[in-house]
Amino acid sequence: MIRFDRVSKRYPPGVDALSDLSFEVAEREMVVVSGHSGAGKSTLLKLAAAVESSTGGAVLVGGQNLSGLSRSALPYLRRRIGMVFQDQKLLFDRSVFENVMLPLSIAGFPPREAAGRVRAALDKVGLASREKALPVMLSGGEQQRLAIARAVANRPRLLLADEPTAHLDGETAADVGRIFNEFHHVGVTVLIATYARELFPAARCLRLDHGKLLP
Amino acid sequence: MKIWLFHHRDAALLAWRRLTAAPLSSLLSLLAIGVALALPAGGQMLLANALQLAGTTSAVPQISIFMAGNAERRAATEIGARLAKYGGVKQVQFLPREETLARMKTSPGLRDVVDALPTNPFPDAFVVTATDDYPDALERLAVEFRQWPKVEHVQLDSAWVRRLDALFRLGRTAVMLLGALLGAGLIAISFGIIRAQVLTHRAEIEVSALLGATDGFIRRPFLYYGVLLGLGAGIVAWLLVGAAALWLRAPLSELVRLYELTLDLRALDGRDTALLLGFAAGLGWLGAMISLRQHLRQ
Repeated sequence: MIRFDRVSKRYPPGVDALSDLSFEVAEREMVVVSGHSGAGKSTLLKLAAAVESSTGGAVLVGGQNLSGLSRSALPYLRRRIGMVFQDQKLLFDRSVFENVMLPLSIAGFPPREAAGRVRAALDKVGLASREKALPVMLSGGEQQRLAIARAVANRPRLLLADEPTAHLDGETAADVGRIFNEFHHVGVTVLIATYARELFPAARCLRLDHGKLLP
Repeated sequence: MKIWLFHHRDAALLAWRRLTAAPLSSLLSLLAIGVALALPAGGQMLLANALQLAGTTSAVPQISIFMAGNAERRAATEIGARLAKYGGVKQVQFLPREETLARMKTSPGLRDVVDALPTNPFPDAFVVTATDDYPDALERLAVEFRQWPKVEHVQLDSAWVRRLDALFRLGRTAVMLLGALLGAGLIAISFGIIRAQVLTHRAEIEVSALLGATDGFIRRPFLYYGVLLGLGAGIVAWLLVGAAALWLRAPLSELVRLYELTLDLRALDGRDTALLLGFAAGLGWLGAMISLRQHLRQ
């Protein structure tokens, strides 16, 4: 599903975030990327989500080489990937329902089918009763679950998450971890950057240090 | 196709929500653009009414054809028949010499003079109204009529026709120039407002792009915002022009009555209204488009 082939990422003025990185994530596999702050976990996820492009090597997602992808093809790739961002990127002037509806509107789902998918996603993360609330009215854990619902509403085959349990207390973090494990059990490929490796017992672990994979 | 329509409906609704989210600020923007648009629109209204007034005066451009003094009635009848069949002629009025003489005798100041004449000095004459009353077309007709047999004199008051035409042309140019200038102003205002909108909704733009929105999807609500802004300003301009027409109707009617003319001042007709609204909406869209090209990339 994901293949990094000797991937490097250098930010100006010459800071190497990732160096010569090679690994694969198989379909239906769950992989956790761990490492200290600044190890390159977020950069790795940004490359896999085509948010940023590599400065060397090749990133392949679903067999598609992202470096050869045209600007106009990029949105269609992103629609096939569910992404949970570190800062969640929720729209605070829109309701819970509208936040989850956004990727479905973008993907062009008919309103009725989209509404059904939104409710199913909210039900899955336990927010079915909060669909009219604004994100600001939700707790930190609920906001994280909303971000997950938005990422999975499209029913992607690949789910990427950048520190989904950061800033959450132990119980809430475990709750969020359980949701990811459930998605993995139903066949979704999951790649998570996290400190909390123990929340994902079924996952294979990749350890990063200064932009390089540790053996 | 249906999905495409859903997208447009959603974008238009979102634009409407954003426009009405800050009603006072939106209203002031609409007023500023509307007042600017009302100037050329008002100019167009006055021009249309002036054209209508010119059309209703007895001074519709006409050509007078005077037969030679010695021409027989048969010659005048032939000319009359020729005029009736002539393509560029809309209407012909024959003035027999006897009738002209009789009319002169009814004029108090001239009766004695006319009575003193030994013979009727007036020729048979025709008053011709042309289908095309542009000065050049009238001039061409006059040249043609002068070559006809037994026609002694063809009179065309082209000087005032030309003056009137030049005046209207100047008016049209002024309205177009004003429209272009204030249209550029509308584009600039729309550009600035959409720039502010892009900044306000920066987070939403970023999230949409990350979730797979195309440039078109992201642009659409902003373009609709520009169109709604222009359309709203067009409606404000239309209302202002309509109100001005209502206020000016009575004093203007009184003024033209002093010149023995009638004028019923009318606001913009359907065609001009559609033009105004289309022009304003188009400029709003254009300003938004230019702004988005510049700011979305950033």
